[in-house]
Amino acid sequence: MLEPRADEILRVSDLHAFYGESHILHGIDLTVYRGEVVTLLGRNGSGRTTTLKAILGLVDRRTGYVSINGRPVISLPTYQIARIGVGYCPEERGIFASLTVEENLLLPPTLRSDGMSLAEIYEMFPNLWERRKSQGSKLSGGEQQMLAIARILRTGAYLLLLDEITEGLAPVIVQALGEVIRKLKDRGYTIVLVEQNFHFAAPLADRHYVIERGRVLDMIPHHELEKNRERLNALLSV
Amino acid sequence: MDPFIKSVLSQAMLGLNNGAFYALLSLGLAVIFGLLNIVNFAHGAFYMLGAFLALIGLTQFGGWIGMPELSIGFWWALLLSPLLVGLFGIVIERTMLKRLAGLDHLYGLLLTFGVALVLQGFFGNFYNMAGTPYPGIPPSLRGVVDLGFMYFPKYRLFALLFSLAVCFVTWYAIERTKLGALLRASTENPKLVEAFGVNVPLLVTLTYGFGCALAGLAGVMAAPIYSVSPLMGSEIIIVVFAVVVIGGMGSILGAIVTGLGLGLIEGVVKVLYPPAASLVVFVIMAIVLMVRPSGLFGRE
Repeated sequence: MLEPRADEILRVSDLHAFYGESHILHGIDLTVYRGEVVTLLGRNGSGRTTTLKAILGLVDRRTGYVSINGRPVISLPTYQIARIGVGYCPEERGIFASLTVEENLLLPPTLRSDGMSLAEIYEMFPNLWERRKSQGSKLSGGEQQMLAIARILRTGAYLLLLDEITEGLAPVIVQALGEVIRKLKDRGYTIVLVEQNFHFAAPLADRHYVIERGRVLDMIPHHELEKNRERLNALLSV
Repeated sequence: MDPFIKSVLSQAMLGLNNGAFYALLSLGLAVIFGLLNIVNFAHGAFYMLGAFLALIGLTQFGGWIGMPELSIGFWWALLLSPLLVGLFGIVIERTMLKRLAGLDHLYGLLLTFGVALVLQGFFGNFYNMAGTPYPGIPPSLRGVVDLGFMYFPKYRLFALLFSLAVCFVTWYAIERTKLGALLRASTENPKLVEAFGVNVPLLVTLTYGFGCALAGLAGVMAAPIYSVSPLMGSEIIIVVFAVVVIGGMGSILGAIVTGLGLGLIEGVVKVLYPPAASLVVFVIMAIVLMVRPSGLFGRE
């Protein structure tokens, strides 16, 4: 194996994951470098969500190798993996209904001291400031999505795993989310996006991993997107 | 004052007193059910254990360690028994209950039921099934207070007020603090809270220990009122489960309000129609289950 680059934030190699008896991931290999935005593309059920979950140890069983910022994490419990500096935004958003917006925001414990302040977060998401006293269950889909992203920015996590953040949202909100991702990239966050909406992901990401049946089929850098477009369309079509 | 009203009021006070114990016990059950999804059948046994630890501390412990003059009084028992019961709960959770996480409710129920039987059998082997009085009410709590309509034992008044205070502090801690928010969030989605970097398994263990400690605390406070018996837990736990079902599984406020309310109703029915007193709770439970199956305070 080559000596890893110094700016490697996430390395996954030969990752297998299981739910009960079902074998979902069959040896995922991918690497993400500091400050990159990387997407995992693929059809529904190809194993993209499971890849994010397996990185955090949220599957029943996993084997292989995962390192975050150079630290092997495959044998660590979920909360210790998160503490290295991982922020996770699940597909179902996971807003706590019994907590207010601000309680939801303040819930994830601070992992490192260099996270965004509450004021900076409210500046980035002005809606959340207006709704801060509302119960989590009373938010619209877009507001829930903003909250789910906002609450992992305060903790000092530098690797963000974002699962299907545009799913089911109106075009204006999708556009606003694109703006958010761009700002976060400018701030130096490293982001792994699981995305169904290729038009959303294409201009944002530095590289794209195509996942199919629990394996990485291909890796396409941003500048080679055009010449691969036809092949990609075929791979992603349902 | 009209003697009938007087007797209703005095039974209501005694009922409220019982209700405070129901509230403390169902509060612990609610907290545990919320986070662990376990119906803690051992709760009554932990209540009994708390009472026995107080009794043993007062009358026997000194002799066991060769210092017969040493006697651990009520106030120390009020602090130490819940701690020991909580610790015992933590050991049970770490060594046994933890292995059942993710399985059907039924397994946790069976295991805790087994723990309850073992504890009950153990104490039944050494102590009088009919009960042993706890002679350690501190001098400051002896005597009675004139409430206008009745003379109420000072100790019972203390037990009532102290239980209420503990219930309020617990409610406040869960509903209004940062730690409570973590607890509520973990109740909703433990995996996600863990993915935020929170040591949820530890939180689960401590919560179970805390719930058990509340039962132990209730046991210590009950010891001077009812006598200390190996069966005291299994007697009260049936009513407490009814309280939890009426209040709504897992609801903190529901457990407190329903516990007090049912104690009160029980007391009043004792005057109106004594034979129905021990029945009324279950009649209410049946009605609530028909009208609002998730309980008065439960989420639909």
